[in-house]
Amino acid sequence: MSTILRAEGVTRVLPGPQPVTLVRDIDFALSPGEFVAVTGPSGSGKSSLLYLLGLLDRPTEGRISIEGRDTAAMSENELAATRLARLGFVFQFHFLLPEFTTLDNLLIPMRRLGRWDEAEREDRARALLASLGMDEAAGKLPEQLSGGMRQRAAIARALANDPALLLADEPTGNLDTRNARTVFDIFERLVADEHRSVIVVTHDQEQAARAPRQVRLVDGRIVHDSARD
Amino acid sequence: MPLALDIALGHLKRRKRQTLVSVLGVALGVGFFIGMTSLMRGFQTYFVQQVIDVAPHVVMKDEFRRPDLQPVELAFAGGAVEVRGVKPRDTVRGIREAGAKLAAIEAMPGVAVAPMLRGPALLRYGARDTSVSIGGIDPERERRVTNIEKDMTEGRLEDLRSTANGVIVGIGVAQRLGAKVGDTVTAISPAGVTQPFRIVGIIATGVTAIDASEAYVLLRLAQVLLDRPNVINSLRIRLDDVREAEPLARRLESVFRYRTESWEESNRNILGLFVIQNAIMYSVVGAILLVAAFGIYNIISTVVHEKARDIAILKSLGFRAADIQRIFVLEGAIVGVAGAIAGWGVGIGLIEALAQVRFDQVGPVIQGRSGFLLAREWWPYLAGAVFALVAATVAAFIPARRASRLNPVEIVRGAA
Ligand SMILES: Nc1ncnc2c1ncn2[C@@H]1O[C@H](COP(=O)(O)OP(=O)(O)OP(=O)(O)O)[C@@H](O)[C@H]1O
Ligand SMILES: [Mg+2]
Repeated sequence: MSTILRAEGVTRVLPGPQPVTLVRDIDFALSPGEFVAVTGPSGSGKSSLLYLLGLLDRPTEGRISIEGRDTAAMSENELAATRLARLGFVFQFHFLLPEFTTLDNLLIPMRRLGRWDEAEREDRARALLASLGMDEAAGKLPEQLSGGMRQRAAIARALANDPALLLADEPTGNLDTRNARTVFDIFERLVADEHRSVIVVTHDQEQAARAPRQVRLVDGRIVHDSARD
Repeated sequence: MPLALDIALGHLKRRKRQTLVSVLGVALGVGFFIGMTSLMRGFQTYFVQQVIDVAPHVVMKDEFRRPDLQPVELAFAGGAVEVRGVKPRDTVRGIREAGAKLAAIEAMPGVAVAPMLRGPALLRYGARDTSVSIGGIDPERERRVTNIEKDMTEGRLEDLRSTANGVIVGIGVAQRLGAKVGDTVTAISPAGVTQPFRIVGIIATGVTAIDASEAYVLLRLAQVLLDRPNVINSLRIRLDDVREAEPLARRLESVFRYRTESWEESNRNILGLFVIQNAIMYSVVGAILLVAAFGIYNIISTVVHEKARDIAILKSLGFRAADIQRIFVLEGAIVGVAGAIAGWGVGIGLIEALAQVRFDQVGPVIQGRSGFLLAREWWPYLAGAVFALVAATVAAFIPARRASRLNPVEIVRGAA
């Protein structure tokens, strides 16, 4: 099976008078179409790991490669280009741009990528919103949406450029059970129907259990990986 | 619309009031710059025009920039001698071989030249007398070099030639003597020559000092009256192209050695004042624009601060540092452009308002004028706009660069 993302011996230490080790000795490989739930106690380094795997941060030791390319050899601009075209992020907070409608928020990464022309972009964005049951939100500003809708809009934006991998950091942390379930429904479908990979950090044991692969972090180390045990 | 511009406009629209204040700041700077420039340039251009119109462009005088070396100094040049208390050799003052110089200068293209001998004399009419400065002129040439004829309220320059012993006097002189055109006055020179003259014309320049002390006669008669036969003490030159004045003056001086001043040199103190005046104006306007620039810096800084999350998400979406920087620099530029355009309006309004001002109670400050002299030129609009745009962009650049360097991880952590 091919590997989309690989981490080998990854350690991230925050420098300073008292260096903080965020994660250490992480070995992790992800195949296309895999759905991974990352759990662990608060402060165990889940977010830190996600930033590293999402190329927002660089390891102090070890290597991370994406689709076969070693990220250590990539410039900041190359990492940005990879994030733009291959990765999608969803955070606990939606981070939609408040000045723009839902549709425009979706169009922003598409316009930056420039792969599609204007008409195509709009068609894609509307189709994406429709697939998440968000047709009506297209022309609304983020402040006019409910919490669950905002989070779905954020997921739609993360998917706008057709990424191979979606990374979500507690995307349901601010949502009620029903909305949380909807979000995980979407993730399941992305994996099953569209063969994308999803890594989701969550505290929610019930939702985490829906992912076929479970990774558990304690004190910055992977103490359990269902793919290995 | 480009994406960066879209986002930049979005940010500014969200903070309408602060954006408006920033735009207003720039507009005031640009507007005042335009208004003040119009005012200053109007006055200065008028002044220079007056000088160029009235006075000769180049004057050759019967003196030297460095005093003549005395024969004893020439004889011992370079020797270790210092000579003191030498009685200077008496020389007749005046431009030597004036005729040849006149002809040589006259032969140049675009140049008119007129000779003059000026000296003091006393005019007497009946029991009254007044001292005047008599100018011996050549009316034909004079007319081409100065325009005293324009200031003549009675008579013509030509009458000096057609009337025997004619004199043109300033209106103040005539009043002091109680004489009018047609009357015969007596001129007495320090050389002891006494000669009757008949008033053929009156000059009123509007400058009291001139009108109360000047008189003009034919050059030949002045030479007799002042007992300086064949002598002139200045050559005055008028050019088709005034910009040639300074180079021509330098050229003539190097050839003929007589002190030769261009109008710029003669008016150097006033032109120097203009430079100071302009410097003050530009400092004031510069200060206004500086304040405006701080306003822009402030608003962009605030936006960057407030939009940290947006910046983080844009970066995590795959925007590069340069993309982020472009957005915020654009915001500054938008404020700059909007301010410049509004500033044009302020400038036009200011000029129109100044044009309405009248100084009736003071009387005509400058002949025939009772309001501000305003220059209407296009370049201050361009210069103001360019300066505003540059200032706005530079002011935005600093916070924009800070925005581009924000680490999304830190922000996302902080926001979670
Ligand atoms: N900038 C920082 N300076 C010091 N310590 C930090 C910094 N950022 C993170 N840490 C520490 O690193 C550890 C890992 O943090 P991280 O956010 O990755 O944990 P987490 O598993 O996501 O926690 P949570 O479930 O609360 O989100 C924590 O102990 C945290 O306190
Ligand atoms: Mg976390």
